[in-house]
Amino acid sequence: MTTSGPQTQRLIPKWSAGYSVVAGFLILLVLGLFSIVKMELVVNGLFLGAIIALGAIGLSLIYGILNFAHLAQGDFMTLGAYIALFFLGTLLPGMGLESSGLGPFTFGYPVFIALPLTILAMVAIAIGLDVLIYRRLRRRGVGRVVLAMTSLGLAIGLRGIVQVIWGGDTYQYPRLSKAFYQLPMGIRIPPDNLFIGVLAIVLVVVLYLFLTRTKLGKAMRATSDNMDLARVSGINTENIIKWTWALSAGLAATAGVLLAIFQAQLLPIMGWRLLILLFASVILGGIGNLYGALVGALVIGVAAEVSTQWLNPAYKIVIVFVIMIATLLIRPKGIFGVKD
Amino acid sequence: MSLLTVSNIVAGYGETEILHGVSIAIEEGHIVTIIGPNGSGKSTLLKAIFGLVKPREGQVLFQGKDITGHAPETVVRRGLCYVPQSSNIFPSLSINENLEMGAFIRTDDFRQRLEEIYLLFPDLAGRRKDRAGTLSGGQRQMLALARALMLDPALLLLDEPSAGLAPSMVGSVFEKILGINRAGVAILLVEQNAKEALQLSSWGYVLASGQNQLEDRGENLLSNPDVTRLYLGG
Repeated sequence: MTTSGPQTQRLIPKWSAGYSVVAGFLILLVLGLFSIVKMELVVNGLFLGAIIALGAIGLSLIYGILNFAHLAQGDFMTLGAYIALFFLGTLLPGMGLESSGLGPFTFGYPVFIALPLTILAMVAIAIGLDVLIYRRLRRRGVGRVVLAMTSLGLAIGLRGIVQVIWGGDTYQYPRLSKAFYQLPMGIRIPPDNLFIGVLAIVLVVVLYLFLTRTKLGKAMRATSDNMDLARVSGINTENIIKWTWALSAGLAATAGVLLAIFQAQLLPIMGWRLLILLFASVILGGIGNLYGALVGALVIGVAAEVSTQWLNPAYKIVIVFVIMIATLLIRPKGIFGVKD
Repeated sequence: MSLLTVSNIVAGYGETEILHGVSIAIEEGHIVTIIGPNGSGKSTLLKAIFGLVKPREGQVLFQGKDITGHAPETVVRRGLCYVPQSSNIFPSLSINENLEMGAFIRTDDFRQRLEEIYLLFPDLAGRRKDRAGTLSGGQRQMLALARALMLDPALLLLDEPSAGLAPSMVGSVFEKILGINRAGVAILLVEQNAKEALQLSSWGYVLASGQNQLEDRGENLLSNPDVTRLYLGG
């Protein structure tokens, strides 16, 4: 039998286990009211979490359907950010489409042209890589470890390509500095972050509706549950796999562009650095579980940001590791994991 | 012409050959049961018919058309459906979504069929929105049957539908199978509960070590002392 993983794996789970997370955020809010935790870090952590969520959901989709840890997800984000840089910094200005400082934002309207084009490019690249590499390996019946190691090689290769083309210098999208929003409790929010938050919410809602309301989305969830049974039901699972790559590469591309806007810079290492946060989110939420990845990402984003109040930002990753290990020890299947 | 004719199928996994030339046939509207000890290749035979295992030799003819080695997602379009022994539902999907997936290849409006199925399986009708993973073993088996019936197939391949069920559920599963058959669906059944299965069957095959051993009318196999001694625990 070549069934796809344990039966407890599910893309969309019940919500009930999320109460602990809600409770955690309430505690943070109370701590914030007493000025023990800087609310600014909590809020901006949520925006970072939104970016992580887009990458982590893609990771979770791939795990659910292709059954392996896609270690190139972070570098998909990097590549997406740089492809957008090509559109925003070179191609579109060459066509006379150059602008920055749209409304309250640092970036200009060309982002709305560059983002869809970047998504399309990354979708094509991901499907191309599947046909060239992963599909061949699948047909040979290789295991998930080989697939994960292949994706690690791919991650390093993609980063190398980015470095060869753009060099190791830091870049920015064309931008115009803007005043932060000033909110009560000393919360300052860069206006760009609102764009990031709104876009992430819209994408998550659209993805949810796609997976629960459309025939193709349901077929994706069915394939994630049980690939053999999906085939027996007449679902062309190779097509589903292409859609999976398309969705997760599209999400990764968006996350990469948003990350470049969030950090106001591009670095060849930016996605790789985030990869561990993506995995921590997926593990925290329960592997192969989309809500879990979303909530896990918000928790990780907030934890990473809040930790900087007391710790050197370089230790963010340590906090994330501690959370990940604690989760694995206490609830090996994640917050939203199901017991066998 | 038989509904399904399987001739001299050789198949297996990797280096291991499980079936060494098995032949069976089933007529329209009949129930045919395949019995045999563990490892005799019963499940592999169903998988080979449905394209989940590619036959190395031999031929599978369904309604006169060659479907040997066709992929499962195309075989199902021919009018035969398959219910695997285990993992035969989508646990994270709702019961309704499971049935929708059963009708995946239908492009017409299948709501009427859905209601017919719910009439046939009243236990499922009350729990349409529930996750299929929350169902009991017997209910899962019913959902697995219901999913396969969404296409109104001419032939249903059932791999040990009574396996792992409470004794009280076994009877109702067989009852359901008989009901499905009376509605005109031919059924190819692989079973450990040989006695119950053969009682329903017009014809039975005994498989051993990946080869045809015996075949006869269901009641004849039941009264055959060799079969009784070997497979019916008599």
